[in-house]
Amino acid sequence: MSVSRRAPALLLLGLAPAFVAVLGCRLDAEQAGAVRFWAMGREGEEVQQLVPEFERRHPDVHVRVQAIPWSAAHEKLLTAHVGGAMPDVFQAGNTWLPELAALGALEPLDERLARWSALDRGDYFPGILDTNVIDGSTYGVPWYVDTRVLFYRRDVLGEAGYPEPPRTWTAWTDAMTRVKERAGPDRYAILLPLREWEAPVILALQRGASLLREDDRYGNFQSAPVRAAFDFYLDLFRHGLAPRAGDTAVANLYQDFARGYFSLYVSGPWNIGEFDRRLPAELANRWTTAPLPAPDDAYPGVSLAGGASLAVARGSPRKDAAWKLVEFLSEPAQQVRFFRLTGDLPARKAAWADENLPRRPHAHAFWIQLQSVRSTPKIPEWERIAGKISQYAEAAIRGNLTLDQALAGLDRDVDNVLEKRRWLMRGAGR
Amino acid sequence: MRSGHVNAGWWFVGPALAAIGAFFFVPVAASLLLSFTDFDVYAVARPDRLRFVGFGNYAHLLREPRFWTALGNTAYFVFVGGPLSVAVSLGAALLLEAKLVRWRGFFRTVFFLPVVTTLVAVAVVWRYLYHPRHGLLNLLLGVAGIHPIDWLGDPRWAMPAIILLAVWKNFGFNMVIFIAGLQSIPERLYEAAQLDGASAWQQFRRVTLPMLAPTFVFVAVITMIGYFQLFAEPYVMTQGGPANRTLSVVLLMYEEGFRWWNMGYGAAVAFVLFAVILALTLAQMGLRRLQPGTEPVR
Repeated sequence: MSVSRRAPALLLLGLAPAFVAVLGCRLDAEQAGAVRFWAMGREGEEVQQLVPEFERRHPDVHVRVQAIPWSAAHEKLLTAHVGGAMPDVFQAGNTWLPELAALGALEPLDERLARWSALDRGDYFPGILDTNVIDGSTYGVPWYVDTRVLFYRRDVLGEAGYPEPPRTWTAWTDAMTRVKERAGPDRYAILLPLREWEAPVILALQRGASLLREDDRYGNFQSAPVRAAFDFYLDLFRHGLAPRAGDTAVANLYQDFARGYFSLYVSGPWNIGEFDRRLPAELANRWTTAPLPAPDDAYPGVSLAGGASLAVARGSPRKDAAWKLVEFLSEPAQQVRFFRLTGDLPARKAAWADENLPRRPHAHAFWIQLQSVRSTPKIPEWERIAGKISQYAEAAIRGNLTLDQALAGLDRDVDNVLEKRRWLMRGAGR
Repeated sequence: MRSGHVNAGWWFVGPALAAIGAFFFVPVAASLLLSFTDFDVYAVARPDRLRFVGFGNYAHLLREPRFWTALGNTAYFVFVGGPLSVAVSLGAALLLEAKLVRWRGFFRTVFFLPVVTTLVAVAVVWRYLYHPRHGLLNLLLGVAGIHPIDWLGDPRWAMPAIILLAVWKNFGFNMVIFIAGLQSIPERLYEAAQLDGASAWQQFRRVTLPMLAPTFVFVAVITMIGYFQLFAEPYVMTQGGPANRTLSVVLLMYEEGFRWWNMGYGAAVAFVLFAVILALTLAQMGLRRLQPGTEPVR
């Protein structure tokens, strides 16, 4: 009996060395002082090639890059923060920054930016830079930029009487109607995947809408500009210009584009490379990109300020080393190298100039578009609200809700989502 | 001495209990507490931004149309897909146990194969099969003169498509259990039935089914519990769409909890689902007990 009582204690004693060993390993890794850098998807793979040069210049800093798949990245950053496993420096989609900042996961960078001699704010696109500033503090440095433009079949639009891309909504609708007339009942003018919130939001921003009102405390979806934008969006489906197709109906976007299932598509810079690679050779000169049309004469219409930033974790013990990496990756020379590796459009205009990007055929539209981009509301709840927008837009497209019902429902849901924000802001006001 | 035995017993189960306590009961209790708060991104940063909301999450949940949609979808999946899956499993088991069948081991392996295949890989292949314009399934329907169906894109067809995939993927598991059940039925019962002049159908009805009853309850309960937790299929295939028609309760919980980091609300979803499953399981067990002449399982 006495033996059985002691057994667990003995067992624990037996295990103790193992615990010590595990702890020891952890301490070793910490002391080694490697800067842990998380980057997503392709970027995470390719950026490894820039690291040797950085380590050569900073022999005292060792960088460990970890590639995180895009689909899991957002969740992983949140869980890492809560679990105390954040990397020192990481890539983050710029729409995530408000959420990460609310979590207290981000180091404010204003002081470091002020001390950074090589910084030239004018070398960044203002709309993109702005997405990194939340409530007056800067939390990220743009790494590469991203916005949405029109990808279209030049041959198809040309035959429809539009050798030049449409510049206004009216011309755009007319072009699409003509394309549809020539395409017949089983093919369409434009592909707008139902699951994506970007298209209706861009149209609303073009109309000058504020998606939220009163310091982003309430939804503002029943306001006239949003309603007009949604009406225009729904018309594309009502008139058969866009298929009521979810992402499942489009197995191979590139094949469908090549076959003329659709001839216009609103997408981002990553598709320049994809279109080049995946479209059949005979199509190479038959597609191009153009800035988005505008509801009025103020061409081009605004688009989303997207892209990814580099951010430093507030809890990191190696912020200085991490910041060195951010400075390094922001150098125009490294931006050029990174562009060549990934095709991601550089955040710095100097890098654009080095590569003659503003004049390159497909990049040109992005250069123009990036001068007029707007950010989505910079609040932690945005991703959730975006999800609601696509939900209600889909319901309206499918005819399950009328436009007015959808917008009212959206306002109601969004007001609900923002309840905590209102509560916090009331507290701050007191 | 007696008390000593009890003591020693505790020591033996101690490590297992400690592990279960630490990794099961504590988290469950914690999430129950969580479900009474509005734990979210704001509260992660500053605990003073956490509010105790009592049954607020539950009340909100029951008023939320999306939750009812998810519950309805899940019920659809459970009550159509569940029986279908059990029936297909039983059919396959009966076929494989039929005396005429050759290559039994081979077919058993083939039927079991989908169970051990990674769902993500399966889902990718099935997405191709389901493709409205180039998919094999619609090609075959076309040969039969049936108009193409947008399996995963049409709100009416998305759930049937998910059910078809799930049944195909899972029936092998229940089939193996049914085979075990069939093999444990003594041959002499069939011989006796044959002597009494029972037809094949009567043998099935009067011997096979009653003898399989305990297996049935087991399979039904396990299948129901499993099917209520529908997640991976819609997560990979449809992300809950089209128009929320394949949004399941667990997918809703995942979205709220891990995508939007609305932990309190997500935890409430989990406990409501738990209550639903518990109630239905008890009801199922109760139904069995009401029937005379059958033993309760286990």
